[in-house]
Amino acid sequence: MKLPVWFHRFGSPPWVYGFAGACAPWLLAAGLLAIAVGAYWGLVIAPPDARQGEVYRIIYIHPQTAYVGMMAYTLMAIAAAIGFIWRIKLAHAVAVSAAPIGATFTFGALITGAIWGRPTWGTYWEWGDPRIMSELLLLLMFLGYLALRAAFDDRDKADRVSAILAVVGVVNVPIIHFSVEWWNSLHQTASIMQLDKPAMPASMLVPFLIMVAGFTLLFYGLLLRRLQAGIVDRESGARWLRDLAPGATP
Amino acid sequence: MGGHGPYVWTAYGITLAILIWNVWSALSLLRRNLRRVAGETAAEEPARRPKVSRMEDD
Amino acid sequence: MPFRAFLLILRRDLKVAFRRVSEWSLPLLFFIAVSALFPLALSPDRLAMAPGESEVYGMQSLGIAVIWMGALLASLMGLDRLFLNDSEDGSLEQLMLSPAPLISVVYGKLAAHWLVSVLPLVILVPLVGLSYRLTPGATAVLALSLLIATPVLTVLVAIGAALTVNLRGATAIIGLLVLPLVSPALIFGARAAVLALDAESAAAPLYFNASLAIMAVSLGPVAIAAALRAGLE
Repeated sequence: MKLPVWFHRFGSPPWVYGFAGACAPWLLAAGLLAIAVGAYWGLVIAPPDARQGEVYRIIYIHPQTAYVGMMAYTLMAIAAAIGFIWRIKLAHAVAVSAAPIGATFTFGALITGAIWGRPTWGTYWEWGDPRIMSELLLLLMFLGYLALRAAFDDRDKADRVSAILAVVGVVNVPIIHFSVEWWNSLHQTASIMQLDKPAMPASMLVPFLIMVAGFTLLFYGLLLRRLQAGIVDRESGARWLRDLAPGATP
Repeated sequence: MGGHGPYVWTAYGITLAILIWNVWSALSLLRRNLRRVAGETAAEEPARRPKVSRMEDD
Repeated sequence: MPFRAFLLILRRDLKVAFRRVSEWSLPLLFFIAVSALFPLALSPDRLAMAPGESEVYGMQSLGIAVIWMGALLASLMGLDRLFLNDSEDGSLEQLMLSPAPLISVVYGKLAAHWLVSVLPLVILVPLVGLSYRLTPGATAVLALSLLIATPVLTVLVAIGAALTVNLRGATAIIGLLVLPLVSPALIFGARAAVLALDAESAAAPLYFNASLAIMAVSLGPVAIAAALRAGLE
C-alpha cells in the first residue's frame, strides 16, 4: 500500500524523537495549567449542586480520568494494529507508551468513581454497574497487555503478539459495555453513576470542559515523553542517537 | 463542604497523585534511558580506536 | 540454626519475588477478574429472598452462576492440549510450514478441543443442575446456552493460548487475558437460564450468544493463526 511521502517521516525515529521532544513540554505545561485552572474553578468558583451539594465536584475529575483511559486503549489498539500490519516499529512504541498511562488513569477513574458513589448513592461499589464493570475490565485488559509484553524476551515478538491482543480487546470493549448495560437494565438496581444527562449549566460546564482539555493535553504530553524514552531504548545502538549530546534532554 | 469534604479532597488528592506519578515516571524513564545510552557510547569510545589502527596496518 | 536458615531463605525469596512482579501479581489479578465475573452470572434480585419464596430460589440462581463459572474455568484448564503439546514436539511448526492453510489447522484443533474438553461439560450440566434444584426447563436452557456459548469460550481461550504459546507461566497470563473477553457470553448465558427459571422467554440472550458465537467462530481463528505465526516466527 503506497503511503504519501510525508507520512514516511512518522516512520523515522530521529524525526519523531525530535518532534516529540519539541511538542511534549508545551503539551505538558498547557495540560497541567489547564488542570490547575479547572480544578480551582471546579472546587472554588463553581456553585454547589442543588442535589448533590459539594460532592458533585468529583465530576471535574472522574469522567476525565475515565475518558483518558478509554482514549489510551483505543490509541494503543490503533497504533498496535498499524505497527502489526505495516511493520512500523514506531507504531508499536506508541502503543507501549499509551498502556501505563491508560492503566493508571483507569485505576484513578475506578477510585474516584467509588469515592463519589459512597455519599451520593450509598455504596462504594456495585457489581454489575455498567460503568464500574467496563472500567474494571478495561483496567484488567491494560494489565493483561502489560503482563503479556513482559513475558517476552524478544521485543519484536512482544510487539506483534501484544498487538493482536490489543486489537481483540478493543473489539470487545463496546461488546462488554453493551452486555453489562443490558444486564443492568434488567436488574433495575439503583441507577448508579448515571451522570445526569440533562445539560450542565454553563457555570459547571466550563470548568468541566477545561478539565477535559487539560487531561487530554497532559495525556498526549506524557505519551510523547514515554515515546521518546521508548525510541531511545529501541534505537540504543543507532548513530543518530549517539550523536545527540550525551545525557541531553531535548 | 457540607460534611462531604473528605470525599472530595481524597478524590482530588488521589487524582493528583496519579498525575504526579505519571509525569515523574515518563520523565525519569526518558532520563534513565538517555543516561544509559550515553554510558554505552562512552564505554565503547576507547575500544573503537585500537580497532581502527589495526585496519590501517593492513 | 534452623530458624536463621528460615529467615535467610524468607528474605531472599521475598527479594526475588519483589523483582518478578508478574509472579505474584497475576494470581491476584486473576482473583479480581473471577470476583468481577461472578456477580454478572448471578441475579442479585433472586438472591435476596422475598417472604414466601421457597428456599430453593437462591440456590437455583447460585447454581446457574456456579455452572457457568465452572464451565468457564474448566475451559481454561484444557489449554495444554491446544497448542503446547504440538509446539513442544515441533509438530506445530511442521503444520505451519505445510501447504495446508493455517486457518484450517486452527479450525481442526478448535473442533477437536471443543468435542473432547467442552462438550462433556455440557452433557454433565443436567446432573449438576439437578443438584442445585434447577427446574428441567431451566436446565435445558442452561445446557443450550452453554452449547451455544462454548464455541465462544473455546475460541477466546484459544486466542489466549496462541498468544502465549512457548511462554513460561503462560497459564497464569491466559486467565487474565481471557476472563474480561468472555464476560458478555457469561452475562447472556447466565441470564438466559435465569429467565427460564422464571418461566419467561430466554430467546433474547440466546440470540445474543448465538451472534457472539458466529462472530467468534468466524473471526477468532484469524487472530489465532496470526498469533501463532507471530509467536513462532
